[in-house]
Amino acid sequence: MATTTDYSQVPINQQLSADDKIDLYRLLARIRRFEQATQKPYSQGKMGGFLHLYIGQESVAVGTVSLCGPHDHVITAYRCHAHALACGMGMNECMAELFGKATGCSKGKGGSMHFFAPDKNFWGGHGIVGGQTPLGLGLAFGEKYKGNKGACICYMGDGAINQGAFHESLNIAELHDIPVVYVIENNGYSMGTSQKRSSAFKDTLAKRAEAYDMAWDTVNGEDLYEVRAKTQEALDRAHNESKPTVLEIFTYRYYGHSVADANHKKYRTPEEIADYKNNHDPVVLWKNQLISEGLLTDEGAKAIDKEAKQEAAASVKFAEESPNPTVESIFEDVYWEVDNQTEAGTTGRHFFND
Amino acid sequence: MREIEYRDALNEAFDEELARDENVVLMGEEVAQYNGAYKVTRGLWDKWGDKRVMDMPISEAGFIGMGVGASMLGVRPVMELMFWSFHSVAFDQLVNNAANVRYMSGGLCSCPIVMRGPANGGTNVGATHSHTPEGLFAAFPGLKVVSPATAADAKGLMKTAIRDNDPVYVMENTLLYGVKGPVPDPADGDFTIPLGVADIKREGTDVSLIAHGRSVLHALEAAEQLQAEHGISAEVVDLRSIRPLDQDAIIQSVKKTNRAVLVDESKPFCGVSAQITTLIQEYAFDYLDAPIKRVCSLDAPAIYSPAVEPAQLPSADKVIKAVLSIS
Repeated sequence: MATTTDYSQVPINQQLSADDKIDLYRLLARIRRFEQATQKPYSQGKMGGFLHLYIGQESVAVGTVSLCGPHDHVITAYRCHAHALACGMGMNECMAELFGKATGCSKGKGGSMHFFAPDKNFWGGHGIVGGQTPLGLGLAFGEKYKGNKGACICYMGDGAINQGAFHESLNIAELHDIPVVYVIENNGYSMGTSQKRSSAFKDTLAKRAEAYDMAWDTVNGEDLYEVRAKTQEALDRAHNESKPTVLEIFTYRYYGHSVADANHKKYRTPEEIADYKNNHDPVVLWKNQLISEGLLTDEGAKAIDKEAKQEAAASVKFAEESPNPTVESIFEDVYWEVDNQTEAGTTGRHFFND
Repeated sequence: MREIEYRDALNEAFDEELARDENVVLMGEEVAQYNGAYKVTRGLWDKWGDKRVMDMPISEAGFIGMGVGASMLGVRPVMELMFWSFHSVAFDQLVNNAANVRYMSGGLCSCPIVMRGPANGGTNVGATHSHTPEGLFAAFPGLKVVSPATAADAKGLMKTAIRDNDPVYVMENTLLYGVKGPVPDPADGDFTIPLGVADIKREGTDVSLIAHGRSVLHALEAAEQLQAEHGISAEVVDLRSIRPLDQDAIIQSVKKTNRAVLVDESKPFCGVSAQITTLIQEYAFDYLDAPIKRVCSLDAPAIYSPAVEPAQLPSADKVIKAVLSIS
C-alpha cells in the first residue's frame, strides 16, 4: 500500500548522504526565494509578458531532477524556472532573462517561459501547452539512437494532458520503446479550470497511459522521498528497458496561473490555499524531515534560507545592472549557418528588411 | 550524362547521406517497409534497417516534433510528410518549435533537420491535399525552404539540406517524381547544390521568367514557344531556393531583360511571387519597361474536377499570354 510505504527507506534515498539531503533543502529554498524575488520587479513593470511562478511545487522539480545522470535530459513547459535552477543554472542568468537583458540565459530573446541550458541537459522552457511533449520524445529518442543509456524527463501541467500532441507522443513512445518519462505536475488547475471541468475521464490523469499499454504511477508531490523513489523507478524502466512512463505528481501552486491571474482566489477558496501552505508546503516539510532526522537545525535552515534570499536579491541587482540586448542582436540566433558565417550562411538572402 | 527519375535522384541523395553520416535517419509514414508512398525511399529500409529508416504512425505532430527534439541533440532526421498538405496537423512543431527554438534559446539550440515531401496541385486530390506552402514556411525566419524542379537539383539540394545546420523544408512534387533528368554519376564525386543559389535554366534577353518547382517546366516550355512563334527571347530563372533567396540572380536577370513574368503555383495573395515582385520593384524599378506580371494558381481552394483542375494551375499557355501582354 502506497500509504504505508516509507519512501525514505528505498535504496535511492538510502544512498543520500546528510550533505545531499541538505543540498536538496538548499535547492528548495533557492527556488522559493528566486520566485519570490521576481514578484516586486514584475509588479514594478521591470519585466514584460507573463510570469508563471512555481511556488508550492518545488519538491517536484528538485526531487525528479536530483536523479538525472549525464545522459538524462529535462524539458518542460512555461513554468520553467525551478527546473532550470534544479538543472544547475545560475540565478543571475535566469533573473536577467526575466528582465530581458543581454546577460540572460537566452540573451533576452526567450523570457520567463523560455529558459535554456543545453550544456546542463536542460532544453527549455516551452510556451505552447503540450508543445514540448514531442520534443521530449525526440530528446529521449536521440540518446537511445546514439547508443547511450539515457532518458528524458518531460514535464507538463495537468492542463496539457488533453492536447493531441501529448497523446501522439505517448503512442509513439510506447510503440518505439522510447525512454521518456512524462511527468504531469498536477497542481489541480489548468489556468482557472479544475480537472473536474476539463477531463472527461474522472480517474487519475496518469491512468490514461493505460490506453497506450504504458506504465504509470501517481505520486504525492509533497514528499520528496516519494518523488525520488517513484521517479527512480521510471528512470530505471527507461534506462534498463527503454520503456516510457507517465508519472502524475500531485502538487499545488500558491499563486495564480501567472502573476497576472487576478481570478485565482475566485476559482479556489482561501481555505484551500491556506491548508496547503500550513500543512503541505514541500519546503517546510523537507526542512522538518531533516530536523527530525537530526541533520538540520532550525538555525541551520534559517541560515540556508537567508543565503538563498541574498543570492536572489543579488541576482535582481545583477539583472537590473545588466545591459539590454542591442537592436542588431535581433538578427542573431536565427540561423546557425548565418551566426557561424559559413558559406551556407553567406549565400543568398536570409533576411528581408531593407 | 545518365538520366534518372527525380524520385531516384532523391533516393540516391538519402542513400549517400545515410552512408556519409551515421546521425542521418529517415522517418515518416510508410517510408520503410512500404518503400515510401511515392517510392522515394524504395529499398533504403532493406539496405539500412530499422535504426536508420523508421516507419511512423499517422501522427504528424508527434513524429515531426520527435524529429525536432532529436535534432536538438545532434541527430539529423530527414522527416517525410507524405504530403506537405499535412503540415497543418503538425504546425506547432514545424513553426513554433523548429523555427523558433534556436532564437528563443539565444542560439543555444539548433535544429539540423530536413522536412520533406510533395507540395503540389494537379493530381485531382482536392483542396486539402493540394497545398503549396513554400511561401507560408519561408515567411518564418529560422526556416529555409527549397523547391527543386529537376532530378539533379532534387539530389543536389537534398544532400545540402541534410548537411545544413538549420531546419530545411524541401518541397517536392508528385508530378515530377517520375520525370527523368541528367544527374551526375556518384562515381564522379560528391554532387551538391548550395542553398540560396538560383539557376538560369535558359538564357534570354527579352523577358525574365522567374519560377520555382514544376512552374520552371512551364516557363521553359513557354520560352521555347515564345522564341519559335513570336521571336521573343525569354530567360528562365529557376529560384530553386526560396529562403535563402538568390536575389542577385533575379535582379541581374531583370536588369538585362527589363521585363519580368513570375510563374508560381502558389496562390497569388502573399505568395512567393508577391515577395519577388516587391524585391524587383525595390531593386530594379528603373530597369522595368513594363509592369511585373504573375502567373499563379487561380485564387480559390484547389478544385477536384480532373477536367478543370489544370485550368486552375499555371501552364505554358498562361505564361505565353502574360509575356505577350507586356511585350
